[in-house]
Amino acid sequence: MEVRSFVREESGSARRIVWEGLTAGWPICLGYAPIGLAFGVLAQKAGLTPVEIGLMSLIVFAGSAQFIAVSMMSAGASIATIVATTFMVNLRHLLMSSSLAEPLRGSSPKFLTLFAYGLTDESFAVNIIRFREGAWSRYSALTVNHAANLAWFVCTVAGGYGGQFIPAGALGMDYALIAMFLCLLAFQLRGRLYALTGLVAAVAAVLLSLVTPGNSYVIVASLIAATTGFAAKRLQGRKSAA
Amino acid sequence: MIHGSDYLLLLAGMGLVTFLPRWAPLFFLSRLKLPKSLVDWLDFIPVAILSALVAPELFTSGLERHLDLSQPKLWVAIPTLAVGLWTKSLGGTVLFGMFLYWLAGRLL
Repeated sequence: MEVRSFVREESGSARRIVWEGLTAGWPICLGYAPIGLAFGVLAQKAGLTPVEIGLMSLIVFAGSAQFIAVSMMSAGASIATIVATTFMVNLRHLLMSSSLAEPLRGSSPKFLTLFAYGLTDESFAVNIIRFREGAWSRYSALTVNHAANLAWFVCTVAGGYGGQFIPAGALGMDYALIAMFLCLLAFQLRGRLYALTGLVAAVAAVLLSLVTPGNSYVIVASLIAATTGFAAKRLQGRKSAA
Repeated sequence: MIHGSDYLLLLAGMGLVTFLPRWAPLFFLSRLKLPKSLVDWLDFIPVAILSALVAPELFTSGLERHLDLSQPKLWVAIPTLAVGLWTKSLGGTVLFGMFLYWLAGRLL
C-alpha cells in the first residue's frame, strides 16, 4: 500500500525524488571511500575473504563497529564479547532514531524497518537537516540511506580485493567525513540555544573521551548538551513570560 | 580468526544488536503523540550529536586519547566550518575541506 500511494502521489516525480536523495547523499559516499577501503584492507589482512567482508557490510552496516569487530576477532575474542561490544558502540543510534520519529510519523511499519536498517551517523546528519528545512520526501531520505549502504558495501569489498594499492590520504579524502560533519554542524547553529548546545557537547565529548574508554562519550555528552539546551530554552521562556 | 557458520552467527548477532537501537525508537515513537517537552528536547539532539561526534576527532589524538591541539585536522576545521556557515553548500564545503587538508599535508 505504501508503494502504491507513493506511486500515486509522487508518480512522474519518483525519479526526481531518488535524484534528490542521491544529490544529498553523495558527500557520504565520497567520505566512505577511504574508510571503506581501509576497512577492506584491514579485514583482508586479518584473514577475511571479500565475500565475508561484503556480508558484514550488508548485515551489520556500521563503520566503527566493523573495525572494532575485526580487531577483536584477530585478538581471538569470543562471539559473545564482540556482539556485546557492537551493541555498546552502536547504542548512540537510539538517540538518532528517536529524533527521526517525528519527521517520519505516519510511515508504514515496512518503511520504518527499511529506513532503520540504513540509519547511520552520516545519513542521520544529512536527513535530519533536510527534514528541518521541510519538503524533504521520506523516499529521498530512504535513498540517502541506501545509497550510502551501497557505497559502503562496494568500498569495503574493493578494499578486500586490493585497496592497499591506493595511497593513503589520497586527495584529502580522509577529511571528507569530518568536513561533512562540520558543515552539517554549521547548518544546525540556528541560534544561540543551538550554539550553546553544540559548545557544551563539544567540551563534554572531548573531556569524556579523554577519561572514558570506547565511544560512550557520544551518548553521554549528547544527553548532557541536549538537556542543557532544553533547560536554557525553558529558562528563557520563563523569563520572557514574566 | 572466526570463519564459516561461526562467522555467520557472529554477523547475525552483530546485525541484530546494531539494528535494534536503530529501529525500536523510530518504530514505536513514530506512532505515539510525543509530549511537547520531549519534542523540544529531541530538537537539541542533532546539534549535540554532531558536535559530540566531531569534536574529539579534532581535539584529541592517539589510541590512548590525549589532548592534541596541533593537528592539521583541527586548523583546517576552522575555515571549513566558516565556509559551511557562509555558503550553506554541503558538497562545496566537503570539497573545500578536502582540498585544504590535502594542501596542509603538502605544506606541513
